[in-house]
Amino acid sequence: MLVKQNKPYVINKKIDSYFDGVYHAFKFVKRFFAQVIRPPFHFKEVINQSYEIGIKSLSLITLTGFIVGMVFTKQTRPSLEDFGATSWLPSLIGIAIVRALAALVTALICAGKVGSSIGAELGSMKVTEQIDAMEVSAINPFKYLVVTRVLATSLTIPILALYCSFVGLLGSYLNVYGSEASSLTMFYKNAFSDISFLDIFASVVKSIFYGFTIGMVGCYKGYYATQGTRGVGKAANEAVVLSMFLIFVEEIIIVQVSNWIRLY
Amino acid sequence: MNSNKNIASPLVININNVYKSFGELEVLKGINLSVFKGENMAILGKSGSGKSVLIKMMIGLLQPDKGEVFVLNQEVKNLQGKELDALRLRIGFSFQNSALYDSMNVFQNLAFPLIMNHKNLSKAEISHAVEEALVAVGLESKELQMPADLSGGQRKRIGIARTLILKPEIMLYDEPTSGLDPVTSSEINALIVSVQKEYRTTSVIITHDLTCAKVTCNRIAVLVEGAFLKVGTFEEVFNQQTDLISPFYNYNFIQ
Repeated sequence: MLVKQNKPYVINKKIDSYFDGVYHAFKFVKRFFAQVIRPPFHFKEVINQSYEIGIKSLSLITLTGFIVGMVFTKQTRPSLEDFGATSWLPSLIGIAIVRALAALVTALICAGKVGSSIGAELGSMKVTEQIDAMEVSAINPFKYLVVTRVLATSLTIPILALYCSFVGLLGSYLNVYGSEASSLTMFYKNAFSDISFLDIFASVVKSIFYGFTIGMVGCYKGYYATQGTRGVGKAANEAVVLSMFLIFVEEIIIVQVSNWIRLY
Repeated sequence: MNSNKNIASPLVININNVYKSFGELEVLKGINLSVFKGENMAILGKSGSGKSVLIKMMIGLLQPDKGEVFVLNQEVKNLQGKELDALRLRIGFSFQNSALYDSMNVFQNLAFPLIMNHKNLSKAEISHAVEEALVAVGLESKELQMPADLSGGQRKRIGIARTLILKPEIMLYDEPTSGLDPVTSSEINALIVSVQKEYRTTSVIITHDLTCAKVTCNRIAVLVEGAFLKVGTFEEVFNQQTDLISPFYNYNFIQ
């Protein structure tokens, strides 16, 4: 017979399980930092994973970055024309893409493509006892699977974000070129005229944070997947949702911090 | 294979008064078991009786709530890091679903534990060891196949080969014949016996297949409701059948 539990009990249980989850996630992150500095180092696996992540996301980032640059330029031009300020277009687009859009767009694409893939892969390995198989063979599965993937996402996503900036500006240039004769060199020169080292540095730093978040969340959800194949799907889904949420939270914080540094 | 000849041999696995619960479900209730060097011990029990939990304690994948598990004279609960790894290298664990790495082919599956644990081995030595393990399980032509392309019986064999490549002293088999047809099951049974002879291993075999237990094991322990009901040779266990033991016999050998 099913026993109907009262509401306060259910709510208390949910709150307990939420804080339990936060505690476990904290322990998982702590374990990463404890293991990343200890040998053995699986450099080859980090390179393999970086290659996989790069290859998996490159076409989508090229397409999305190009379209973002093109559409953003197309939508901005009429407003600037009203003020006779179309000459500001390259630097405006440059600031928007390099400071904010490229890193964010790359992170969101990778959260969907790479985060879900890591969550599903590790989840599947967990439910089919492949992780246990590593452990009983005296191989540290955390180090081999988690540390390498988190390092790979943290290293690859900044590179992809820089690439996205380049492609986004190219898309923007093509739109500009459709309206006025302008050389690519001049466009890039104007686009970067108002971009400081801090802008590029902040963009790279936040991409590292995004990459770390995507890798960590994907690995955490996959590593603790339960309930068979259903659990694998759940892990992949939760990896995407949670990493996207955390990326937006990080974006707010990093923008505030970099603006504060810019002011002082 | 149902002799009691190994009883005088040194103790390899010693389980003392082990309890294990998951939440409110008490799975093991004061388990005691001794496994001697060179013998094959079967643990029989219904699904959910705690057989797999017990075998996972022997290799440190799970810890008992109470009691002690000694393997090769070391208490597994007290081992961590390199000490635990050193013990695990002396134990082979064959998983119920084989647990082959999906992303690697058969050669890579077998070479992986070797490469990770013996960094100084040359490519030729690794290839030779893989070949030797594949010959031992009779699948020398499957090196380049992916796990998804193998049959259930072949996956089990490759799973066993992957453990043999590290030359274990103890083999732990979790349901080695589950999900296999009778012919393939008998081939796996023959493989278990040949592994014991060729590699001189001590084995613990978790199963509910009485044929497997009878053919491969020296002794049998029957796990019912979290405790061992009977431990002894096949004849000792099944000659005097009680209400709790006869269902196993009747299911496997229709009377």
